[in-house]
This record gives sequence, C-alpha cells and structure tokens, in this order.
Amino acid sequence: MIGYLARRLGYYAVLLVVAVFLAYALASAALGPRTYFEAKQPRPSAAAVDRQLTALNINDRTPVTTRFGVWAEDLVLHGDLGRTIHDTSVNEEFGRRIWVSLRLLLVGSLLGMALGVAGGAWSAVKQYRLPDRALTILSFVLLSMPVFLVALFLKNGAIAAKDATGREVIPFVGYETPGLAGGVGAHLADWGLHLLLPTLALALGGLATYSRYQRSTMLDVLGSDYLRTAEAKGLTRNRALLKHGLRTAVIPMSTMFAYNFLALFTGAAFTETIFAWHGMGEWFIQAINEQDVNAVVAVNLFAAVTVLAAGFLADALHAALDPRVRY
Amino acid sequence: MTAVLDTAPAEPKSPAAPGRGRLVLTRLLAARGATAGAVIVLLLFLLAFAGPYLTPWDYATPNYTAIRQPPSAEHWFGTNGIGQDVFAQTVRGLQKSLVIGLLVALLSTLLAGLVGACAGYFGGWADRALMFLVDLLLIFPSFLIIAIVSPKLKGAGWLAFVLLLALFNWMITARVVRSMTLSLREREFVRAARYMGVAPFRIILRHILPNVSSFLIIDATVTVGGAVMSETALSYFGFGVRPPDVSLGTLLAAGTDQAPVFPWLFYFAAGLLVLFVLAINLIGDGLRDALDPTSDRSTP
Repeated sequence: MIGYLARRLGYYAVLLVVAVFLAYALASAALGPRTYFEAKQPRPSAAAVDRQLTALNINDRTPVTTRFGVWAEDLVLHGDLGRTIHDTSVNEEFGRRIWVSLRLLLVGSLLGMALGVAGGAWSAVKQYRLPDRALTILSFVLLSMPVFLVALFLKNGAIAAKDATGREVIPFVGYETPGLAGGVGAHLADWGLHLLLPTLALALGGLATYSRYQRSTMLDVLGSDYLRTAEAKGLTRNRALLKHGLRTAVIPMSTMFAYNFLALFTGAAFTETIFAWHGMGEWFIQAINEQDVNAVVAVNLFAAVTVLAAGFLADALHAALDPRVRY
Repeated sequence: MTAVLDTAPAEPKSPAAPGRGRLVLTRLLAARGATAGAVIVLLLFLLAFAGPYLTPWDYATPNYTAIRQPPSAEHWFGTNGIGQDVFAQTVRGLQKSLVIGLLVALLSTLLAGLVGACAGYFGGWADRALMFLVDLLLIFPSFLIIAIVSPKLKGAGWLAFVLLLALFNWMITARVVRSMTLSLREREFVRAARYMGVAPFRIILRHILPNVSSFLIIDATVTVGGAVMSETALSYFGFGVRPPDVSLGTLLAAGTDQAPVFPWLFYFAAGLLVLFVLAINLIGDGLRDALDPTSDRSTP
C-alpha cells in the first residue's frame, strides 16, 4: 500500500507542476496589470510603468517562461510567492487568509460527508419509510440549489431573525466579532457561532450529494450474501451492518469525496464572499478585478494543493477500506 | 439521440418482447416524479419563450413613474429600482439560462462521450495522454479558470461563455465512459467488428457509443441542471452573463441586497431556478430507473 500511495504522490507532484505553470501562463495572458497602472491618476510615464511591472515580475514584455522561471525559483528556494500589485507581500496576505478558508473547507467537507454517509445509510435501512422519504425530498431540493443560493437563503433568514427580535441572533457577517472581550472560551464560542451559517451552507450540499449515493450503495450491500453470512455466524443485525455493511458501502464514497471537493472549493469561495469572510475566495475575486497576477496564481496554487490533498486522502481511504484491493 | 437509442439493442432478444423504446417510455410514465418533472420543464420552457409576448412591458425599458412597486395586476412580479418590469426580466433571464444549460449539456456530453470512448478503445498512449488531460483539468475548480479568462471575453458574448462552461464540464463523465468502454472493448460483438476490419472510429460510433448511450442520456439530463446552476453562480459574481444580457444569475445578483425589503426582486428568480433544476433532477432520476437494465422493474 505504501508503494501505491508513493506512486500516486509522484503522479500528483507532476500534475501539480504542469498545472501551476499553465495557471501562471493563463493568468499572465488573460490579466492586464499594465492597464491597471496606466489607468492611475496622474498617469505615470511609460518608462515608470515598465519599471514598476518589472520590479513586480509581471511585465508582459518579458517572455512568460522567464517570468515563471523567476517566480518558481523564488518559490522553491525562498518559499516566496512574489509581490501583489500594491507591492505588498503575497505571502503575508496568503498567511492571513489561508486559515480562514481552511477552517471553512475542513469543517464543511467533513461535516457534509459525515452527515451524508450517516443519513444515506439510515435512509437505506428505513427504505420507503418516513425517514427515507423525508431525507430523499430534502436532498432533492438541496441538490437543486447552487451553494450561493443556499448561503443567501441562510443569510436572509438570519437578517429576518435580526429584524424580528431586534438583535443579532446568529451572526452573518465575518468570522469573529471585532474587539470581543473575554477569555478563550468566549472567543471559541464566538468563532463557532460565526462558523455556523457558512459551514451549514457547504455541509447541506454535501449531505444531499453523499446521502443519495450512500443510500444506493447501502441498498446494494443490504441484499448481499456476505451480510447474511455475517448474521448467520451470530452477529446481530446492527453489528453486521456496521462492521460489514457500512464499510463496504463507504468505499465508493472515497472517490466521490475527491470529485465533490472541487465543487466544495467553488462553493466555499462563494460562501466566503456572501458572508464577508476575508478568505482565499474573496481574495481571488478581488485580485481578478485588480489584475493582480501573482495573487491570482497564489490562490490557484492553494486550490491545486488542497484538491490534490483531497484526492490523495481519497486514495488512502480507498486503499485502507477496500479489502479486495492489495496494491 | 433517439436514433441512437433505436439501434442500441446489442443483446439478442425474443421477437415477442416489446421494443426497448416502448419499455423505457412505459417505465418513465409509470414514475410519477419523472412525469411531473417533464411537465414542469415543458411549462417553464413555454413560460420562457411565450412569456415575453404575454406582457406589454419590455425587459430593458425603465419606467421612472413605477419604481420598486410590489406585484400587482399591472406588473405581475412588480418592478425594480429603475422601474423595469420584473416579470419581463425574469422570463427573459429564464430563457437565457435554459438555452445556456441545454447547449452546455449537449456540448459537454458529446465531448465526454468522444474522449472517454477514444481513451478506452485505443488504450496505450492515447489513453494515458487523455487521462492526464482529464486529471489536469480536474485540479482546478473550473470557476477559477473561467473567472480568470472571463475579462478577456467581455466582448465575445454569452456563446463564448457556453463554450467555456462546456470545456470544463466533461471530465468526470469522460472517465466513466472510458471505464465502460474498457469492458465493452472485450465483448464479442466489438471483437467481431474489429476482426471484420471495421475502422476504429466507426466501431466507436456504431458499437461503443450506442452501448453507453443510456448513461450519456442520464448524464446529459442532469448536466442541464448543473450547467444552469454554474451559469447562475458565475453570473452572480459577475464572471458569466453580463448586462445588457440578463440571466437568472444577473437577476439574483441585482436583487440580493434588496431581498429582505423588496422580496419580489429576488425570490421569483430564485424560485424558478430551484423549480427548474428540481424538475430536471426528477427527470434524471426517473430516466436512471427506466434505462437501467439492472433496476428491479427491468423484466416486463
């Protein structure tokens, strides 16, 4: 298994390098930092603009391979992601925002998966009865809503609650109350409360997607011979379901997790913007509007690494869970 | 698609058995969810294309004497901040979103079928190269790439946006088609065709694709809904359809901030969006049951 995982890791590394180069080339070709500087008042001279662009390593008159070479060398040797268009450090901004985004991505994806697997398995066991029907309807409606719409509905609900009661019941702006007094406990509670709506917006989508698949794989497993054998050798129905049924039924979920993470990442970017979280997604949208090449590439790098990490996690999960697979 | 379906039967069957097309149709009609979904989708298409003729108002003309009016007999969905009729706008936006969804589903499914079947059938280097491409495109959430490219496409209009959405939407389907092709390739009828000297692309078109068509039809259906959702999300953040064009996404973007006070600016568009995708998903689910040979109602 270690050999298999190492091979996957090597493949992912190759993919990452090619993908990051393509993203760099694409961002350099599509964005126009030169127009950003030329639009400044008073308009700087052409030579000054050129100097500025060269200093930031985003001059479109330097060949893109040369620019990428400089950027990659700085990244590999010094861990430096370059300068933003405002001549501040990309690393600093990156460091400030990464935890905001990761908090949302981690809690959202894991919670969505846990809820979905549990809900789907329960649904399968209760097939065609009330819990199954209710969950099916709920997930159908949720699957028909883009994440940003779910987020907007939640936010509008929170606004309505605020208008009705006269105070902010559930916070819907930002990820902490600025200038909050009190100890660690108060801060943690504050974080958790702020995390509630954005996480819910992401996790509900996960619940809907996973539970549909989990339900159908679980149904396949429920009719299988080995489950009957497990019961025949003396396990209770519930123990057999947990030990033999769920484990097999979860295996296909590991592949789903990798694919679903892509959608989740996009959803998180939208959710951040809607709930005014200063995370990577918000930064990305801002950077595109400001023609900030290095910041855009940095967010792409972050996306690629998290997506590949999710893929690797799925591979590991698959290898660990599937008794038939011996690599 | 239907022509492909009719030529699909690969397994020998007794002459008395009803045709596969009939069987699928009977099963679809028996599934109430799918029927309801189909009716809703038809009605929404009717609304989108006949709606503009039902109202005397134009979607773009402002009317400064009727600003932010609630729904009434005159303005069915009310008016917005510069007095444009929200019904006319919503119908127009729905039309654009539906057309985008259909086109994206069609293009991306075609692409997925071709790439997946080629990768699976030819194997070797072609397979490895195509799958590397798939993996590469799957590294970035498509939103990131589309958002980067979109400023360049400002002048190119919504068709360029359709191409872009389709271009980043086929990879997962292609993977499934590939793995289905891998097992089809070893089946007797494909081998027989190969040994008779049928050209590879002809085999792919005549023998492989018809046999994955059930999956492709289901997938294309669900993709229509997915594409409409991507369209609205990207347009909402200003990376998709742009004014003066309207789509459900641009309407939602314009109405969001005012939703708590002027709900008609937001909830009509939101409701239609959810209704459409829900109906599409119901059809997809019904199709899956009807087309799946392993489903429990498969033997008539």
